[in-house]
Amino acid sequence: MTRTGDTLLYLDGVSVTFDGFRALNALSLLVEKGEMRAVIGPNGAGKTTMMDVITGKTRPDEGQVIFGEKTDLTRLDEPAIAALGIGRKFQKPTVFEPLSVWDNLLLALAGDRRPRFTLWARETEDERERIEQVLETTRLADLRHHIAGSLSHGQKQWLEIGMLLAQDPQLLLVDEPVAGMTDAETEQTADLLRDINRTRSVVVVEHDMAFVRALGVRVTVLHEGSVLSEGTIDHVSNDPKVIEVYLGR
Amino acid sequence: MNRTATLICLVLVLGGALLLAAGNQLAAPDSPFHVPTYVISLVGKYLCYAMLALALDLVWGYAGILSLGHAAFFALGGYAMGMYLMRQIGTRGMYGNAVLPDFMVFLNWKELPWYWLGFDNPAFALLMVLLVPGLLALVFGWLAFRSRVSGVYLSIITQALTFALMLAFFRNDMGFGGNNGLTDFKDIFGYRLQADSTRVALLLASAVALCLMLLAAGFIVSSRFGKVLVAVRDTEARTRFLGYRPERYKLFVFVVSAVMAGIGGALYVPQVGIINPSEFSPANSIEAVIWVAVGGRGTLVGAILGAILVNGGKTYFTGALPEIWLFALGALFILVTLFLPNGVLGLFRRREKAPAPKPATEPAE
Repeated sequence: MTRTGDTLLYLDGVSVTFDGFRALNALSLLVEKGEMRAVIGPNGAGKTTMMDVITGKTRPDEGQVIFGEKTDLTRLDEPAIAALGIGRKFQKPTVFEPLSVWDNLLLALAGDRRPRFTLWARETEDERERIEQVLETTRLADLRHHIAGSLSHGQKQWLEIGMLLAQDPQLLLVDEPVAGMTDAETEQTADLLRDINRTRSVVVVEHDMAFVRALGVRVTVLHEGSVLSEGTIDHVSNDPKVIEVYLGR
Repeated sequence: MNRTATLICLVLVLGGALLLAAGNQLAAPDSPFHVPTYVISLVGKYLCYAMLALALDLVWGYAGILSLGHAAFFALGGYAMGMYLMRQIGTRGMYGNAVLPDFMVFLNWKELPWYWLGFDNPAFALLMVLLVPGLLALVFGWLAFRSRVSGVYLSIITQALTFALMLAFFRNDMGFGGNNGLTDFKDIFGYRLQADSTRVALLLASAVALCLMLLAAGFIVSSRFGKVLVAVRDTEARTRFLGYRPERYKLFVFVVSAVMAGIGGALYVPQVGIINPSEFSPANSIEAVIWVAVGGRGTLVGAILGAILVNGGKTYFTGALPEIWLFALGALFILVTLFLPNGVLGLFRRREKAPAPKPATEPAE
């Protein structure tokens, strides 16, 4: 695998072992600037572990994770990686339930994260505009004063995506964004992700093949912690190795 | 709602203290409006407990740190004040030693240990009231939060902390009076401690301190910092992926809370006239948790209400039915947990269904 000047994220031979179980096995992956990538694979293929390694939650035993020009993410912790511009959406929607939709976005907005700032911080006009923008994109404008805990499952997924947007990252990692969504919501989410992809790189982990097909992007198939196949959705779904993994179980 | 509750609480605390003060100082002893001095000190004591409860609610209610050792900070503030009061006794002690407190003379000590130096100076002593609990909380919190100790494990080590301090302060050679603690105080800032006017002044000082703490805590929890804190309480991992460092947020409130508890302890000691190692006993910290739960966790005002209600009940029941007090306290905790999950304050709280007005231009606190 060669790195070009346009590489945003580069995983090189990353291995992670939990109690003897190899969750990731010399995984190598390259995401370009402005790219949207879908990552699929059966349960236990290492999709979530890969997200954990990129965001600093799990430290790999071996290998490098390079972000941008030369930042090695394996040396940084979660807040530092978030500050570099990597946002993550969890499988289960994780929003701040007791806070309003507005406050959820306010906390997510890119800005100073230190206590000494937040203690005295006042909402600025600029912040309000940015929140309004995100509310618009995620179609949550009418719900701005609602407590996040009272939202429906789909709305929470959208709020979380909205929080990622407010964070203004260069790279979004999105874990199963359409799990539990209705068909209409799934379609809207695909539109939203494509929209986001116009200015940022996105990595989507998903089970839903129809959704991946609808995204129409390059697909990476993970199996037992490494890349099994990579290419267009038609290419990978005709790959005999992929067919064996998916049907041979 | 929150703002209204805070306002009512401020008015009641300050107004109540002023009324009691007037009843004690202005009404003639045979008048029905006369307030005996013991009531003044009793209410003063409740207000100090309320400061401890408020401090605990700040960390437990808003940061999810269930400290089962918060009375340790209260006691440390109390000891710092007690050391100042001991040095004020001077030659009026039993042994008439101008420098050494009685218990040191009794132990045959020849000179003041280094850590007692400076405590004859009231400004230094007051500084220590703030610094000692604050520094302990800083070191303890830094170690605990940095290692991501939380939940029940954190509760257990806070309990261990106060237990260890209790055992240490029980030792005579620690130099804090062993199990008798510090007592027999005479003056505070040059005023006779037994005088009614001094008692009244201490009550008023406690009321003012409590109100200032309530305002400070209210400012913290309603700021953006407070919102992050609530986020950390409920979904700590998520805040990290947003770029926040939860340990710094927790450490800050933990230290603020410890200082508040310390101030409470410092005002408590002159009003009850003694500080001894039993103040560190784990049961005291657990009782403080009950006050907060009874009043309403995560409401600040509820913590104050709970501390005053439970301690008022304690005063009554330990007089009227001493055997059943502990059972009553236990039953109270179970009943509140089962039937009043939001505490007594939850009874008054209307369901806030209507969307709140846009928090665009929040007025300054």
